[in-house]
Amino acid sequence: MTEIELATPRVLTAGRRSPRGRSASSRGQWRIHVLLIVAATLMVVPFVWQILTAFKTSNEVASLPPTLFPATPTLVGFDTFFASVPFWAQFAVSATSLVLRVAGQVLVAALAGYAFARLRFPGRKVIFALFLLMLMVPSQLFVLGQFDIMKELGLLNTVPALAIPGIFSAFGTFLMRQAFITMPKEYEEAAQLDGAGTLRVFWRVMLPMARPMLAALAVLTSLYSWNDLLWPLIVSPAGDNRPLTVGLASMQGQFGTDYPALMAGALICTLPLVIVFIVLQRQFFAGIASSGLKG
Amino acid sequence: MIAPALVGLAALYLWPFLSTFVKSFMKVPVFGAGTFTGVDNYTKLLSDEDFWRALGNSARYTLLVLLGIPIAIVLAALIEQAAKGRTLYRVLFFLPVVTLPVAVGMVWRFILNGDFGILNYLLSLVGIPGEYWVADDRFTIYAFAVVGIWMGLGVNLIILGAGLQSIPVELYEASAVDGAGRIRQFFSITLPLLSPSIFFVTVLTIISALQMFDLVFVMLGSVNNTAIDGSKTIVYLFYEAAFVQFKQGYGAAIAIVLLVIIMIATAIQFRLQRRWVNYD
Repeated sequence: MTEIELATPRVLTAGRRSPRGRSASSRGQWRIHVLLIVAATLMVVPFVWQILTAFKTSNEVASLPPTLFPATPTLVGFDTFFASVPFWAQFAVSATSLVLRVAGQVLVAALAGYAFARLRFPGRKVIFALFLLMLMVPSQLFVLGQFDIMKELGLLNTVPALAIPGIFSAFGTFLMRQAFITMPKEYEEAAQLDGAGTLRVFWRVMLPMARPMLAALAVLTSLYSWNDLLWPLIVSPAGDNRPLTVGLASMQGQFGTDYPALMAGALICTLPLVIVFIVLQRQFFAGIASSGLKG
Repeated sequence: MIAPALVGLAALYLWPFLSTFVKSFMKVPVFGAGTFTGVDNYTKLLSDEDFWRALGNSARYTLLVLLGIPIAIVLAALIEQAAKGRTLYRVLFFLPVVTLPVAVGMVWRFILNGDFGILNYLLSLVGIPGEYWVADDRFTIYAFAVVGIWMGLGVNLIILGAGLQSIPVELYEASAVDGAGRIRQFFSITLPLLSPSIFFVTVLTIISALQMFDLVFVMLGSVNNTAIDGSKTIVYLFYEAAFVQFKQGYGAAIAIVLLVIIMIATAIQFRLQRRWVNYD
């Protein structure tokens, strides 16, 4: 998934809840729900199968016909996973690089986004056009050079190497610019009349108002950071500072067909972000569809 | 205020981009400085069978994944019409998006396993002989596409859902008064007014499908599956050249070709959109 996936004014502007008006008549409702439930079931079945498998033994998994529920539920798969993968170390790597990247990106993007939205400076249009162009270039065009830089800085196989490139994001800057540009100017003008400088206005007035978009950006960046595979594979392919994605992928090579252990590992590594998503989903969807940004 | 972003983007994006471009005309050894070799990398690339196969695989994968868009449109429309449970449905459809692609690949590799995967068992129940979906390169691209569609649905649903919500309710009410049925409304109101969102989703889907790497790596590459040879995508080929075989110049050339392909694909879509996208 590329970073520009959700970078659209449309997503940000649309999304006022429609009044009941469009809901189908109650007679048609059950048909809609039947279709949606069938589709949702198809979406969820792989997860269910994964969870069921995680509690089986590898013999049971390889037997035909397959059993639906584990004959005797066992934690052997989980034990194998924890015994062979330094889970907590890799979890710490994934988590710290995520925090670094998210905090860094939100701050850098908010500052630059505000500057693009409100400040007049020479070359503003040209620079912004460059930012937009960068949005279209796939990440593969950058990783060779980024790898060289990390190597020169002696950062290969370290947590900062995982996080640093992601801190600077044309996507984030664009998103924040869209957020700031649609805010009424009156608040800033009032604060300026009270004698507040640009940075103070930004920090005290504008940033709090942009909170929904900051949250959306933070959640999206977390998603990319937690799930990223190519970049970690390049800068941290082995050793202690592998994040979970790389660790899990290499566990596959090691275990091949011990599916209960693989499914248990996949489950454990997936859970943190799924929990975050379920807790923050309201903010997530609301942030994306926040109506205040309509231009 | 803009300085941090500007310095970071210049150092970590603009410079790497330029260096990739330059390297694509060079032979870069693992140690020491590279030498300019003109368009050598490109001519080699064009006569490289693996490259053409990877290009074909990426193209087929991209076309197949586009089939997910009509599915997403219908589902988004259904969700919008549901009186209850909209959030629950969105959350369920979004779960694959927040799941590690590595984990997704592992789970599907198991489901699609030729010997004891659940899919082949279910197929055998209805008398269809199963195939080695993830061990036979005649099928791997289809396997990737199924997983790709499944993974991408959640994002497409949100974007299309936002588009649907911006369609004025009055249009539906007025057409209902005129006697238009639900199906008729879908084709004469929903689809045309949703076309900007559909266009956007199509552009994004194509760009990200052309960059597909994770599934190939997880489902075949990291498990030494022999089907990998016939299943590589462009980005997999790039990764392998640049970071496994350490042929940076050759890898850079692949990356530049990828950029050109994405630019052409996107340009074509912007051309075509005039014919079908409705911006009124």
